[in-house]
Amino acid sequence: MIVRILGEGQLRVDDAAAARLNELDATVSDAIDRGDEAEFRRALKALVAGVRAAGTPVPPDSLQPSELILPYEDADLAEVRKLMTGDGLIPG
Amino acid sequence: MEAGTGTKGTAASMSVMKRVTLIFRSKANKALDRMEDPRETLDYSYQRQLEMLQKVRRGVADVATSRKRVELQMNQIQQQSNKLEKQARDALGAGREDLAREALTRRSSAQSQLSDLQAQYASLQAEEEKLTVASQRLQSKVDAFRTRKETIKATYTAAEAQTRINEAFSGISEEMGDVGMAIQRAEDKTAQMQARAGAIDELLASGALEDVSGTPRDDIQAELDRMGAGSDVELELQRMKGELSGGATPELEAGPQRPQDGSAAARSAQAGRARPVPPAGPAADGAQPAAGSAIPSSDVGESAMPSADPPRAGDGT
Repeated sequence: MIVRILGEGQLRVDDAAAARLNELDATVSDAIDRGDEAEFRRALKALVAGVRAAGTPVPPDSLQPSELILPYEDADLAEVRKLMTGDGLIPG
Repeated sequence: MEAGTGTKGTAASMSVMKRVTLIFRSKANKALDRMEDPRETLDYSYQRQLEMLQKVRRGVADVATSRKRVELQMNQIQQQSNKLEKQARDALGAGREDLAREALTRRSSAQSQLSDLQAQYASLQAEEEKLTVASQRLQSKVDAFRTRKETIKATYTAAEAQTRINEAFSGISEEMGDVGMAIQRAEDKTAQMQARAGAIDELLASGALEDVSGTPRDDIQAELDRMGAGSDVELELQRMKGELSGGATPELEAGPQRPQDGSAAARSAQAGRARPVPPAGPAADGAQPAAGSAIPSSDVGESAMPSADPPRAGDGT
């Protein structure tokens, strides 16, 4: 599947990596629920790093959409909450 | 915010990624108003893409301007810091420890300002690189889209074209959304730094590097800073005293001791003239971030016409 890391581009990730990424994603969700900024940042970095490690960059001239979109690696809690609700997102 | 459902299934637990994806996709798709003949949307979208390319290039230029401004300030503050160090040395040579202390206190402030600016510089540099890469990526996709669009227009009827068009659109609109947000993000960061840069400019102009904290801090932090700066000053004073007693100024006093180490510091002490440190200007309190005037209007509005330099726009359709 193709995964986009916002601000960074698209990667093709083997489906076999999905389970591990789901775990990392759940940690991020947990931290968001608890409003734990420090844990959230750590978890998000780990998730993005996990995708990067499991993926290979998609050629820049590809017009394929992504199956999954990840927030910016350095996003804070408030920013990701916006991304999850659509507040402040500017349409292309 | 209701994020995780706790389910351990593949889809359900991908809550953050899924959620962001859904929202992002719906926004990106909304950006494209569909037209009567789907083939017309190809040209319309292509125009939007060219505009976005211009926008991101302007974004890169804006960030670069900010970065250069910070660089300039870093140089100025470094010079100021060097000057203060020399003043301290001179003052101490003249037996004015009080003035030396004052100069070193200011120097300590200048140094902390400098490290703050270094962090800003690094951040702007990273932002500039990211936008540059984003701009190149978008260019590749726009080129690919243009080729695809010509094929679709030449080969398919309006009815047949729809599926192909949707395929091409979903990829490019996602990229456009990503780049658009990256520009916004860079602008926000740059605006914050411009405001601080304005404050530092005023500070430099006032000549007072005494109270350089442009950001409000709590009392404890201020006290800690003072203590930190205080001990730095004491250390510097000790070091300079050591240098002076070790390698005194033979020129002035017909030197009872030769400078044993022949250090650069000793030589510079020789060359020094005792000069009073200028009094702290009152402007330090009144340093306001000159936000409004300092921010160059980036003007990335919808009105931007792609006519100025339309990249690869020569398809003449």
